[in-house]
Amino acid sequence: MSIQDELKSAIKAALPDLSCVIGWGAGPEPLRAAPLFIRGEADLQNFSAGFLSVNNPALYLPALKGSKVGVVAKGCDARSVGQLATETLIIREEVHVIGYPCEGVIDVDKVAAALAGVCEPGEVGALREDGDNVALDTPKGEVRLAKKDIAADKCGRCIFPNAENADVFVGIRRAPTVVEDAYADIAAFEARGTEELKAFWEKEMSRCIRCYACRNACPLCVCRDHCIAASREPHWIGQTDDVPDKLFFQVIHAVHLSGRCTGCGECERACPLGIPVLKLKRALSRRVENLFGYKAGIATGTPPLLTFNIEESTIKERDW
Amino acid sequence: MSVLEGKELRVVGFLCNWCSYGGADTAGVGRFTQPTDLRIIRVPCSGRINPLFVMKALVGGADGVLVSGCHPRDCHYAEGNYYARRRLEVLKGLLPVLGIDPRRFEYTWVSASEGQRWQHVVETFTAQIHALGPAQPFAGASRPADRHRPDAAAV
Ligand code: SF4
Ligand code: SF4
Repeated sequence: MSIQDELKSAIKAALPDLSCVIGWGAGPEPLRAAPLFIRGEADLQNFSAGFLSVNNPALYLPALKGSKVGVVAKGCDARSVGQLATETLIIREEVHVIGYPCEGVIDVDKVAAALAGVCEPGEVGALREDGDNVALDTPKGEVRLAKKDIAADKCGRCIFPNAENADVFVGIRRAPTVVEDAYADIAAFEARGTEELKAFWEKEMSRCIRCYACRNACPLCVCRDHCIAASREPHWIGQTDDVPDKLFFQVIHAVHLSGRCTGCGECERACPLGIPVLKLKRALSRRVENLFGYKAGIATGTPPLLTFNIEESTIKERDW
Repeated sequence: MSVLEGKELRVVGFLCNWCSYGGADTAGVGRFTQPTDLRIIRVPCSGRINPLFVMKALVGGADGVLVSGCHPRDCHYAEGNYYARRRLEVLKGLLPVLGIDPRRFEYTWVSASEGQRWQHVVETFTAQIHALGPAQPFAGASRPADRHRPDAAAV
């Protein structure tokens, strides 16, 4: 049985006890799948999991708290489920996690770059998976791309591809891409120096349109309509389109995700302007890992910012 | 007061009511001279300090931010400063990546009786900020201080 068929039978087996199972189905265009809410067996024909399964289905779970739901989860999605459960934003027993060995997912921006001069990603007529490659039908003929060249950055540093906390696991567990996330990207970024980075964010944030897609795509940004960015009192950010207001929104997202962000990358993926907002969150995740050895979504127990030690062995305070 | 050299920068201080604010008061009562760059905001406890307070000040163009609370084991509310320590220590990881010199932010502990120590902390931190010079605000920021600081162009 193929992984697809095994997943379908795992979903089918679980459905009677669940209000729905969240997975992926055909999306608006060949390069994109869309979240699929499977409520009955008939919906299964639209289901498929694989290279296009980009969206994080854990996003929908807090709103569904109180009913039994299933999710088909990549490794990173399962981490989001884990973190939501740790924070009691969902009840773990209510969620049925169906895991499978994720081989990485597509980054449409990288496809767009690879197709530069050929066509726009939206003009691709069909995508066929073929082992380690994909074949794209473009107006100028077939283009073949290696999956590893167009996979999301996060897949290149994936340490948990196999939904660690799955209730049912389908397929054969695959080896992680790397054994440890060394945060080399953040170290290299930081090495550019504060002056250059300030200019970097000024330029990047000048492009931000304040759509808040980054927030809405984040499975752990659960305040939704009560986001402090939308509050008048206290008035954390103004309504201008100036860089400081827009940048401060990113600061809010990053700070509110410190010790919570699992690095699923949905914020950055959802940004229509391609602003690398994940960098800020990864900088804080690195800090939390280094200080408290805490990997959000994997570690269990109280999150590090909700507890303390009287003597902190890793914190060197300044002796004035 | 050599650190000043006649020019003031804007340093925001978040001080807990029970220890550090008292310590600053003790320093004042003891007439320990201090640089005048620090603008003190009194909060009930260092645990009240949302890391976003610090960020709001820095992104808004403050030249430095200093947080001070009760020494560990001395918190008026028993454990507020322990939470603050973790939050603020984590926050330090954001500044360099955002393009803000991490030396512009520091946190420490000063008790209500430590007037002299308060003087030392303020002097040291102010000197550090002066060594860095005024912060360049993120472009597009309206910086009202430019109106209040006529010497800005010369700094
Ligand atoms: S901040 Fe971004 S990477 Fe982190 S959990 Fe939210 S969407 Fe995922
Ligand atoms: S998704 Fe991108 S453009 Fe929209 S608010 Fe976030 S950073 Fe700005």
